[in-house]
Amino acid sequence: MPDVHSLVNECVTKLKKRKVEGSKATAKLTAELLRSFISQQRLPHSNQAGSLIDAVKTVGEKLIAANPVELAVGNVVRRVLHIIREEDLSLTTAAVGGLSLAAESDDEDDTEHDDHPVLSASAVAAAARNALRPPSLQTLLEDIPHSVAAPHTSSSGGDSEGKSKSADKNSVTRKLKHNVIEAVNELIQDISTCHEQIAEQAVEHIHHNEVILTLGSSRTVMEFLCAAKEKKRSFRVFVAEGAPRYQGHALAKELAARGLQTTVITDSAVFAMISRVNMVIVGAHAVMANGGVIAPVGLNMVALAAQRHAVPFVVLAGVHKLCPLYPHNPEDLLNELKSPSELLDFGEFSDCLDFGSGTGSPLLHVVNPAFDYVPPNLVSLFITDTGGHNPSYMYRLIADYYSADDLVVRGKSAS
Amino acid sequence: MVAKKGNRGGVGGEDAEEELTRVPLQAILLADSFATLFRPITLERPKVLLPLVNAPMIDYTLAWLESAGVEEVFVFCCAHSKQVIDYLENSKWFGQPSFSVTTIESYNATSAGDALRLIYERHVIRGDFILVTGDTVSNMSLTQALKEHKERRRKDSNAVMTMVIKQSKPSPITHQSRLGTEELFMAIDPNTKQLLYYEDKADTLKGTVSLDKALLIDNSSISLHNDKQDCYIDICCPEVLSLFTDNFDYQHLRRHFVKGLLVDDIMGYKIFTHEIHSSYAARIDNYRSYDAVSKDIIQRWTYPLVPDVQFFGNCVTKLERQGTYRASDIGLSRSAKIGPFTVIGSGTTIGNYTEVANSVIGEGCIIGSNVSIDGCYIWDKVTIEDGCKLKHAIVCDGVVMKSGAILEAGVVLSFKVIIGQQFAVPAYSKVSLFQQPVTQDSDEELEYADNSSGNIEIASIPNTPEKLEEDLTTELSDSQIQAASEVGNGGAGFIWSVSEGGHEEGWRHSVAPIPADRLVEIIKNATDELEISNEDGNILPPSGELEPGSVNDSDEDVRDDFAHFEKEVEATFLRAVHENIKEDHVVLEVNSLRLSYNLTSSDCAGALFYAMMKLALDTPHGSPGELVKTVASVIAKWKKLLKYYLPSLDEEIEVILKFEEMCLESTKEYSSLFVQVLHLLYDKDILQEDAILNWAAEKEEADESDKLFLKQAEKFIQWLNEASEEE
Repeated sequence: MPDVHSLVNECVTKLKKRKVEGSKATAKLTAELLRSFISQQRLPHSNQAGSLIDAVKTVGEKLIAANPVELAVGNVVRRVLHIIREEDLSLTTAAVGGLSLAAESDDEDDTEHDDHPVLSASAVAAAARNALRPPSLQTLLEDIPHSVAAPHTSSSGGDSEGKSKSADKNSVTRKLKHNVIEAVNELIQDISTCHEQIAEQAVEHIHHNEVILTLGSSRTVMEFLCAAKEKKRSFRVFVAEGAPRYQGHALAKELAARGLQTTVITDSAVFAMISRVNMVIVGAHAVMANGGVIAPVGLNMVALAAQRHAVPFVVLAGVHKLCPLYPHNPEDLLNELKSPSELLDFGEFSDCLDFGSGTGSPLLHVVNPAFDYVPPNLVSLFITDTGGHNPSYMYRLIADYYSADDLVVRGKSAS
Repeated sequence: MVAKKGNRGGVGGEDAEEELTRVPLQAILLADSFATLFRPITLERPKVLLPLVNAPMIDYTLAWLESAGVEEVFVFCCAHSKQVIDYLENSKWFGQPSFSVTTIESYNATSAGDALRLIYERHVIRGDFILVTGDTVSNMSLTQALKEHKERRRKDSNAVMTMVIKQSKPSPITHQSRLGTEELFMAIDPNTKQLLYYEDKADTLKGTVSLDKALLIDNSSISLHNDKQDCYIDICCPEVLSLFTDNFDYQHLRRHFVKGLLVDDIMGYKIFTHEIHSSYAARIDNYRSYDAVSKDIIQRWTYPLVPDVQFFGNCVTKLERQGTYRASDIGLSRSAKIGPFTVIGSGTTIGNYTEVANSVIGEGCIIGSNVSIDGCYIWDKVTIEDGCKLKHAIVCDGVVMKSGAILEAGVVLSFKVIIGQQFAVPAYSKVSLFQQPVTQDSDEELEYADNSSGNIEIASIPNTPEKLEEDLTTELSDSQIQAASEVGNGGAGFIWSVSEGGHEEGWRHSVAPIPADRLVEIIKNATDELEISNEDGNILPPSGELEPGSVNDSDEDVRDDFAHFEKEVEATFLRAVHENIKEDHVVLEVNSLRLSYNLTSSDCAGALFYAMMKLALDTPHGSPGELVKTVASVIAKWKKLLKYYLPSLDEEIEVILKFEEMCLESTKEYSSLFVQVLHLLYDKDILQEDAILNWAAEKEEADESDKLFLKQAEKFIQWLNEASEEE
């Protein structure tokens, strides 16, 4: 236990001090932390899922508060909570199913087949997600009581779970934990492979002799473009440099090294160039539930330019960037103001910042926001690991990944 | 990996034995500045624990050290050491994984030198270490600086220290950096970044810097800076500690140690600099820098060490528009106006129609209605009643301001002072519950001079807050009557009188901006001084041989540089004539004059020529013919000198123009001899044919009145023209 605590604390301080940045890194860090937290959590005999959820929520709350700007932390915490609920659900249905199928309860048998249902449970959940099952209103609109949702899940994966023989409480305990950990592993896997998943779809979107525009640098965008290049597509890329961090320079270098025809332009030249562009492809910091995007600064301007010239504006986002919150609440629409030193050299301007003369109040103020909000009506398409989606469809996707109970992550008071 | 190490509780020596190859990065943090600039506040609380934008200064330093990858920190505490240790023990700094904090306590160290000598005796430093004070705010990354330091060290074992510097222009008026420190002069070798010269007390030298001649001989290039700020972050080799032990008179890190190393060339120790550009680093050593650094933090130059990032245990604060930071649980009246660049700590309530701007307000303060607060630093649990006015003041914990009290610019209210109703505290005064120590040393070097007395005082003050409380209540009872008169009806506290030395510092080192009238005064003083020095300069170089009246009465009133220059060149030349100085030396002197007045070599030629003609004129002569002869002899004698300054036609034309001007204005006697002298110059090879012809061509377009001499020279020019055609 103290081990986990120090792990959590370390992670919290890392987030607080902004030592990890970037949604993928934070998402992975959070998922790994939660995995070790769950594996070391001792569960009571009754209501295991409930206590596990409470425990995860307490940790999650701390993590989210540590760096509220990194929405990926909250996303992963909610995903893990959702996983726990799903696994619990499939176990209870499996138990019910197992009883109904009559008990050839055998301990040896149990150990043999221990892994089998586990895999199937998470596989079923993943399959359900990937297949984008048709909307079932009750999962969307209500807090699903477990009993109500049970038939639904069992119907989708009932046969394989039928073999589970978990009358023994102890084995159920282990099983739930085990299952959850397996599923979290899969989530980590998903997060780390999301680039490839997205890049696989590149050929469907990028065609011969097209001109693509992007701003700043995003790992996902780079992989996406390179994947298209590898499939022998020939196209040109305009890279807006992405002031003030100028990550576009690094992207341009990388693209040129991979043999792509690349042009670097200033951010302010985007409007001038947009009429020649066939598609804008950009990365995102987070995708909100209404389909709005929190993106690196400057992208709202690009989106407006793209709309003016009817150029498709495509946003690439791994699933860990899908955020179940709506950007109506100013508490959620967070921006990070970075150091002004990215814009100005302090030494050069030190005489403007001399408070020893004049009124003593600073006359020069430098604002360096990290993010922009791009409203959903400016986005043409989202490409996630699971395929392309309309902005108006995002809420559905999100409903598949998160359960409505977890929107507010708060320790004990939630239940 | 790091995490695992932390789990084993790896603090101290065991770790080092495991990894003999890798020495952990260590740092020495001096939690005592050995100065008295923050008095009277520092009588009750050590400087490193004073809140800076609602977090103790030492937290900024430790947070930076931790994020910069330092693994072991030794905190040296002296004054109020118990408070520092108590604070650190109750904070989370102890028991952090992979970041160990160890305190070293001393009761008798009176300077940084003593501190380092003590640390040397403990044998805790095993490799290169970072030396900082506990009042440093920075977000710089040490990686690059450390790498440079290590590389230099490998090549040259005498490179003992790397100093971190940052560009920051001092104010041209007050010769004070924005952090309130004196203008700093540094000479740095631009190639190797070696520090060659360091002078931070240049103000006493009236703006002149004297460099050792050897510096110029030994180094092919030197750049002299006055726009660099010393960040007081040093990367040192372990030898530095032994150097302090060897030179037991070293006290101050800069004044003694750095200067000592620079001057002493026997051991050949070298100090290098590392300049940082995008990152921030500053040290708070007076109220002015407290103000400047606070504002930098609010403006986020120190990111991520900003109020809305919980870098260490500070409360949750949200950044709103225009740089306003608000804690979540504050009671703010609807009619209160919170201006830009303001920080409000948690639990604070602000009443109706109160205006706050450019200020920092701590936790748990109660601020009444109709209060105006501008540019103030209000710490925790302060009560400000209705109608008070505060402007550019520091208000410490527990202060009570009764209704209608006024704080004028630059006031410092120490802990638990009570200001009476309607009382106005005069500008730049410091109020404390403690009486001002009588043994106040007015010496400039009071940092060390009165430290012994300071320690005695501190010893007499109980350290624990409870005892302090008791002490205060007893003190209040017997001093109430007296104190009441000092800070108004019902007030408690003594106004510290400013000593003679401190009077100037009052406005120099306060949180208030320097008032405009004061600036005007400084400019006036400065120009007066400049004029005095200029006159000095006039009289000094000729070393008395030249009577100013006889030579330059006509230009006495002309105050421009060129006239000065001309006079000086003339004086130099006359001296050369009288003392038979060699031409080379005259060239050297004239060149140095040229550089100091920032003129071109054609100006030198004109000035020298003027001086020669003047000399010829001043020699007694009867007729114009004789005068021409004297001119001829003077020119013949000093031809080489003049020729040195005539490398091209342009300069020669300049000489002709100068001569023309002379004939018209100062030495009318030459006007009739213009052609003769011109011819003479031509004969002596001083002027080339082309120069004269060019001059003539240039003059063709001039006004009729200007052509006077051209007409005189017409024949000569014609002759020249013909001569060239013949060739």
